[in-house]
Amino acid sequence: MFLARIRVSLKPTVNDPQGKTIAQALGRLGFDTIDSLRAGKYFEVRIDEYDRAAAEKKVQAMCTQLLANPVIERFDFDLDPVS
Amino acid sequence: MPVSQETLDEIALSRAEYEAIVDRLGREPGNLELGLFGALWSEHCGYKHTKPLLRRLPGESNRLLVAPGAENAGVIDIGDGFAIAMKIESHNHPSAVEPLQGAATGVGGIVRDIFAMGARPIALLDSLRFGMPQDNARVQFLVHGVVGGISWYGNCIGVPNVGGETWFDKSYTGNPLVNAMCVGLIENANIVSATAKKPGDLLVLVGADTGRDGIHGASGLASRTFEEQAEMRSAVQVGNPFLEKVLIEACLEAINVPGVNGMQDCGAAGLTSAAIEMAERSGMALRLDVSRVPRREEGMTPYEVMLSESQERMLLAVEEHAVPEIEALFEKWDLDATVIGHFHAGAEVEIYDGETPVSETPIEPLTSAPEYAFTAPKPEWLAKLQATDPAAPGLPPVSPADALLKMLASPNIASKRPVFRQYDHHVQTNTVVEPGGDAAVLRLKGTSRAIAVTTDCNGRLCHLDPRTGAQIAVAEACRNLACVGAEPLALTDGLNFGDPETASVQYQLVESIEGITEAANAFGIPVVSGNASLYNESAGKAIYPTPIIGALGLLEDATKHAKIAFRQQGDAIVLLGRSAPWDGPGTLAGSEFNSVFHDVATGLPSMDLNLEVRVQQLCRNLVRAGLVSSAHDCSDGGLAVSVAESAITGGLGASVTSALPDRWDAALFGEGQSRIVVSLPESELAHLKAMATELDVPVSVIGSVGGDRLTFGEASVPLTKAADAWEHGFERATTG
Amino acid sequence: MKFGIVVFPGTWSERDTQYAVQDVLGQPARLIWHKETDISDCDAIVLPGGFSYGDYLRCGAIARFSPIMESVREFAGRGGPVIGICNGFQVLCEAGLLPGALVRNEHLEFRCEWVNLRIERADTIFTNTAAKGQLLRVPISHGEGNWQSDSETVRRVEDNGQVLLRYADASGNVSEATNPNGSTNGIAGIINERGNVLGLMPHPEKACETLIGGADGNVLFESMMRSATAAIRS
Repeated sequence: MFLARIRVSLKPTVNDPQGKTIAQALGRLGFDTIDSLRAGKYFEVRIDEYDRAAAEKKVQAMCTQLLANPVIERFDFDLDPVS
Repeated sequence: MPVSQETLDEIALSRAEYEAIVDRLGREPGNLELGLFGALWSEHCGYKHTKPLLRRLPGESNRLLVAPGAENAGVIDIGDGFAIAMKIESHNHPSAVEPLQGAATGVGGIVRDIFAMGARPIALLDSLRFGMPQDNARVQFLVHGVVGGISWYGNCIGVPNVGGETWFDKSYTGNPLVNAMCVGLIENANIVSATAKKPGDLLVLVGADTGRDGIHGASGLASRTFEEQAEMRSAVQVGNPFLEKVLIEACLEAINVPGVNGMQDCGAAGLTSAAIEMAERSGMALRLDVSRVPRREEGMTPYEVMLSESQERMLLAVEEHAVPEIEALFEKWDLDATVIGHFHAGAEVEIYDGETPVSETPIEPLTSAPEYAFTAPKPEWLAKLQATDPAAPGLPPVSPADALLKMLASPNIASKRPVFRQYDHHVQTNTVVEPGGDAAVLRLKGTSRAIAVTTDCNGRLCHLDPRTGAQIAVAEACRNLACVGAEPLALTDGLNFGDPETASVQYQLVESIEGITEAANAFGIPVVSGNASLYNESAGKAIYPTPIIGALGLLEDATKHAKIAFRQQGDAIVLLGRSAPWDGPGTLAGSEFNSVFHDVATGLPSMDLNLEVRVQQLCRNLVRAGLVSSAHDCSDGGLAVSVAESAITGGLGASVTSALPDRWDAALFGEGQSRIVVSLPESELAHLKAMATELDVPVSVIGSVGGDRLTFGEASVPLTKAADAWEHGFERATTG
Repeated sequence: MKFGIVVFPGTWSERDTQYAVQDVLGQPARLIWHKETDISDCDAIVLPGGFSYGDYLRCGAIARFSPIMESVREFAGRGGPVIGICNGFQVLCEAGLLPGALVRNEHLEFRCEWVNLRIERADTIFTNTAAKGQLLRVPISHGEGNWQSDSETVRRVEDNGQVLLRYADASGNVSEATNPNGSTNGIAGIINERGNVLGLMPHPEKACETLIGGADGNVLFESMMRSATAAIRS
């Protein structure tokens, strides 16, 4: 069993209105040293595979097919064995 | 140094166009200048293939306050100091690449065109075309994405989406169409122009900061077929409807500040088209400093700043004394407002980067893209199609009753409630007639009046006869207005065609414009604005010619309107426009029936504009006199579908008593034009007939409202079964 | 009764609400910009519908920190009537002035349609011109109207009689079929323990005249007006 911790965010060149608005809100709450904020999505997937390479391949496929929109998003993930 | 073919391809200019630029400038253009020409001479901004044709559209009316094409949108006077700004615009190519953001930014763009006129956006409509959805994951993905994007953006900015169409045909498989129409209200005749007024006026950029979004969007995407677009994915813009909403409020406040002389939105080709067109309209020169433009990214070149299509940005022309007030106003809304240039006497656009001059170009060649006129004969394939008898396939092997259920469930006919219930259609509390009928009706607070709006175009009929098909699009839009009791005032046209460098499409363009012109003249109304989207083809196959018509109508008394639902047991059902209920087999031409049962589109549609105008006048008079319980026009699916829809929405059965002829397919589902079905108390029949005679309109009493079945001659289905087919048809076709 | 209608960046029902209370019901009303803090001239406060801050992060999550909200909190603390409509309800929950939270509609779509609301209590300042069990026909328009909380809070809210409105059918029956968004127990609107703060997802201001579909929404405002008159008299 593996646990994949997947982070999906907008590609750097893509406008992130949500991130910007949240950063401004934090600024108004007194967090005035924030340089920038980008918002994204986080997924935790427990995947029942024996072989690490196989698990990695599957997670990669999940991301490219569904979890991330390749037109405007990118992704990365950690994969760790769990009991 | 000769320019490379690769460079020309990137900015979508032909070598001949390049030579023309060199000729007009008297020298080779610099790098940035080439980008400016690429943007302004693109099909989207330059209208190269359509300008000569568009000039033929009727553009005069004593209600017209702004000449068509002169400003961002057309403006029509509706009395009491109120005016309506209206325009339809396409965002087809971006929606094919990223449907949610493409459709969303399409809504954003058209809304900006409207409030740039000083009009508060009061309604949206969207006219959509897709390939067949059944079992097609890609098409379903596009449908959900586009509807989701329109829903997200429109709801967020608080503009009700009150109408439109969602229509499917394999012709659109590779090229979905997303046309968004916006209508805005101007009070006290306070129309804002996209011009600076005097030398010294400052150019102020407000709204979002500028990034690398959409570079080459206008020239790149719009001039390429679908396969070529696959590489252009970086050109997708992401919308920020929250910023747009705030921008609407700030800009509508700003126009009341003395010294604010003009407003323009940044749309296709960003600052390049917005600023340079503003200068051209003002008859002045413009000096613009790109270093002053607020950026979202590091290291942007002047080229990138000028061509960026970052969304939610507007330009204001402001006198120097008004700048502090404007800055404070936008600051209140947490928006940037930055002086980036100024207008002065002259005729050039000078682009600077700080103190460094980057380019100086005469404006005239930039804003006068070449025009390509053409004539084309009717293509042979079309002559063959038209000559083919649409009744030739014969009757399908089903009963008329089963045919009705199948037609009601077909995604082109089934209820679109699953779509429009995702759109807020009540915000601004003006909605008198909601989506789901023939046209939406919005009351005008502070008056007794209301406006009506709708969009229409049957691409299949245009495919069979571009001229008649275009006449039908106009006629149907106006007929929808008549059904709610409105008088048509103005049209906007969204032209969606294939590659204008091919003979077939050229024929379609010429004929369609002719058809729109003829019909608009028959109704005595102008085409006040519009948009052209060309190159909609993939794998060498063009979409059906699809000139989408948006129509605006006026009701003098908002309470005198009609809806499509039957309302009373025992009411008589009357067909306006015919002296007998059933049309002949020729009316199967291009019909939904032939498409669903035989997968063919053949034959010749026909339109009698004279009769159409009279039928609509009769309907309008009946509604205004409060004589009818319901009014609904016959279009896709013909008479049987029209009656069925009125029955289902009213929760009341109906019975059309005449025996069915042999060709029951044509009788029930033929798509003959100029027909409206009304229901009214029997006691009012004599009155109706007298009014019909006066207008020389044939009418036929065809049946009555009542019971729990839908009956046409010998064919009959339970109302509940028909309702189930119609209410769930769309969802069933577009999921799984 | 003077209504103060708060405007956050992204709010869009403020004019609709002003039209309903001022033009239709003849009450004085003014718009309150979210950065203001002095609301001493107002007898009742409305947080109207819209998409404050674009609904970014979570609906109402950012608006709850606007300067005006401190004044609204104080006003509510003194017993002043506050009504949060749609996004306003979301802001009140985020601000802790009402229990629970509004999450995404169960079917994941934005829904705009007319619903029937059953009045659960007629002994509140928001419903005293109506009868218990009376139905109001009002439109909803939201993507995040699904009221949720932990089971302890849900039980408390039900037992305290804090549920004011539920989604019902035309005969007044509440069931899964009549629930447009998956909201716990078909809850459409709740009040605080003291009974002076109401949050509801449906839009009463959109049902203010027959011409636009119905005037049932006026019941809530008229009840508030009657309470104000009663308070002045007593």
